[in-house]
Amino acid sequence: MTDLVTQLSNGLQVILREVHSAPVISFWLAYDIGSRNERTGQTGISHWVEHMMFKGTQKFPAGVLDREIDRAGGQWNAFTSTDYTMYYATLPANRIQIALEAEADRMINAEFDPAETESERTVIISERQGSENSPTFWLNEAVRASAFRVHGYHHTIIGDMADLESMTRDDLYAHYKMYYTASNALIVAVGAFDAQEMLQQIEAEFGHLPTQVKPTPFVRPEPEQQGECRVTVERSGMTAFLSIAHHVPESTHDDWFKLEIIDSVLTGAGGGVDNRTSRLYKALMKTGIAASIDGGMSESIDPYLYELTVTLNDGYTHANAEEIILAEIADIQRNGITQYELDKAKKQARAAFAYSTESVTNQAFWIAQSAMLGDLTWYDTFLERLNAVTLDDVQEAAQKYLIPRRRITGLLVPTGIDESEYYEDEAEEVLV
Amino acid sequence: MTLPRYALPSTETIHETVLQNGITVLVYENPAVESVVLYGSLLAGSIYDPLDRNGIASLTADALLRGTTTRDFETLNSALEDIGAELDTSTGKHRMTFSGRALVEDFTVLIDVLADALQNPIFVENELAEERLKRTTELNFAHQDTRYMATRGLRKALYPATHAYHYSTYGSVDSLQHITTSDLRRFHSQYYRPDGMTIVVVGAVSAQIATAIIADALGDWQNSNQSDLPIFPDLSPPQDLIRLDTSIAGKIQADIIIGTIGPSRFADDYIATQLANSILGEFGMMGRIGNVIREQLGLAYYAYSRLDGGEGAGAWSVTAGVAPENVDLTIEKARDEIRRLTTEHVSAEDLDDNQAYFTGRLPLRLESNYGLASTIHAMIQYNLGLDYLVGYREQIFSITRDDILNAAQHYFDADKLIISVAG
Repeated sequence: MTDLVTQLSNGLQVILREVHSAPVISFWLAYDIGSRNERTGQTGISHWVEHMMFKGTQKFPAGVLDREIDRAGGQWNAFTSTDYTMYYATLPANRIQIALEAEADRMINAEFDPAETESERTVIISERQGSENSPTFWLNEAVRASAFRVHGYHHTIIGDMADLESMTRDDLYAHYKMYYTASNALIVAVGAFDAQEMLQQIEAEFGHLPTQVKPTPFVRPEPEQQGECRVTVERSGMTAFLSIAHHVPESTHDDWFKLEIIDSVLTGAGGGVDNRTSRLYKALMKTGIAASIDGGMSESIDPYLYELTVTLNDGYTHANAEEIILAEIADIQRNGITQYELDKAKKQARAAFAYSTESVTNQAFWIAQSAMLGDLTWYDTFLERLNAVTLDDVQEAAQKYLIPRRRITGLLVPTGIDESEYYEDEAEEVLV
Repeated sequence: MTLPRYALPSTETIHETVLQNGITVLVYENPAVESVVLYGSLLAGSIYDPLDRNGIASLTADALLRGTTTRDFETLNSALEDIGAELDTSTGKHRMTFSGRALVEDFTVLIDVLADALQNPIFVENELAEERLKRTTELNFAHQDTRYMATRGLRKALYPATHAYHYSTYGSVDSLQHITTSDLRRFHSQYYRPDGMTIVVVGAVSAQIATAIIADALGDWQNSNQSDLPIFPDLSPPQDLIRLDTSIAGKIQADIIIGTIGPSRFADDYIATQLANSILGEFGMMGRIGNVIREQLGLAYYAYSRLDGGEGAGAWSVTAGVAPENVDLTIEKARDEIRRLTTEHVSAEDLDDNQAYFTGRLPLRLESNYGLASTIHAMIQYNLGLDYLVGYREQIFSITRDDILNAAQHYFDADKLIISVAG
């Protein structure tokens, strides 16, 4: 598998991978801008700009591309992460041209109509309010805000309500003009094409776009945490949650792979593989303390978090679960893991990796994300780097990273249900 | 360069074998990947639950992977997780389904565990207690979830208490407390049987080898117990405009679900209804519903319609999440679009767009092993025939604007709906 990797004269990076297992192509355009680059007062701006990109251009007015791509039997969408913003379309191979035309056009011609901007403000506020309905959203927000005082990871991708209410159309347009440039973007295509022909198509659509200096994103490094943080969130309801997070290195760091093994041992490998034989499943689920245990690290450009989240069963306290989790961590720090556990984690990763490569959409995403992380080989060498992890590495990583000084513990305390404010219609009300 | 040719799954590429005990095995070879997916079902869904103890079918399916006569919980799950394999069971209204995947080299292990779980489960009290506790926590949490509660309101109002669809497949906080291991054992003994069972395999394994492995593991399975099909009352759609409100403290947004009873997958007008639903709330940015409620008015992040029909008549509904002050306006706009769909022909352009959408999306649906397996399974489940996709384009483009209007009028009436609001 040899990729075609190149850069157009305007700075646009291009990575092409031929995969002929099905007659489809996935085309991705990634911009090197995410919520980590947002300043206070403009939190959520990257996500809002992403929404505005679906509001049309002169060439493709709003709704035209939704229609064209659905007619072609394709899927297209976009998402904003902490680290980047990505647009993608997966289409039958003979219909991919529409995606190239659309992305080249809206990289420079999005209109940001003032009325559309106001209409989208309420849609995004509704999106945030939908999340606010879930108590765990508030817990997650509080844990992040506690973990990052300075770095842009402190706010959620959707942004703070105060900023969503106050940002202007001009703020959004300035952000768009600054970061939506060829020099700040990357194209990845994976699927049933001839790479040279695809490159010619890309050159024809994107080659004439203006050459601009790559913008310098706003980033403030997070200073070292000075001790364990604890945060409590109270929301109505009956279910308690516990979140235990530790500061960990960025995803390109060798230690990140050692922590991946630790997570696999504690909560399972994920990626479609169940976690019923993981240490924390046994310790929390088989004892009836928890209804669920999840763990994981997001792939991130800057040092981020390893998070464990527990849903507690009625009758158990946060302290019950916290004590068990910390005991399991201490055991790894003291005794390491077994060769059996290490081998299992590596085999699970290999399987999960194979499952993820079935779809060209997944493959294109992972390649694009690797580039955004700053290491083009990150995805293709993932298993190699994981397989290089030793038993000693795992123990040392636990001793180095899973310590109180790096820890943020979040408690969601349910305040119960106010019966006077809860009712369900039993009698049906006939309106007409 | 010359690109390879791609063919739709059909009788030419799907290898079908019916084992002597009635299990239908279908294999589609896909050498392009290094994994194998299996997807199958048997007739053991929640319609077989006693009405006062809903959840038995679902708990039985869950218990399959909690221990067998030769493997305890740890041994059974280690057999799968040690090799990165996945095996899940789930329960729908009519069928218990299982799906799994493994690296090619581990396919035999996957089938061996599946066969053991289906044939030899033990139902022990501590495992049931663990699952009961987990579900109780999940349901208590769900009772604070606006979308869950709005959906629950619709379900309870659309289907009478004498019909299985009135009840949650997952069980209720109350029903879960009364279900015993004896219930699960009895359910398994009666409804888990090879006749009526389908297994689809897709991946880098030859049809001959895959079929032989399955025959070896499941070919001797027999169950002579009677499996009675329950009888339910005829369903009738709402006769009025009925609104149900569920108030939940501390919520910032309300969920609205507006619906009626739609067609089953076996209905003659199912495809026309599917196209009508796509026009109403799916195509493009969530169809006409999305266009009005999200794009024009900015009321909601999500606003769409969906059709739930399967082997029985599921709901046809419109869903939106909005601020409490916009609930009434959203209901009004959604009803306007339902009324429009039932009183006006859709445009020729609308119909053509959606016909192109339905036929154009096949390559993406069939890209992954899982997509292939579930599609092939549906051909068996709904008696569509293994050449269904070969004639699919012709079928879709045979639908007319009259068909769409008739289907919409058959099921929807803007003045006879259940409106369930939670928030």
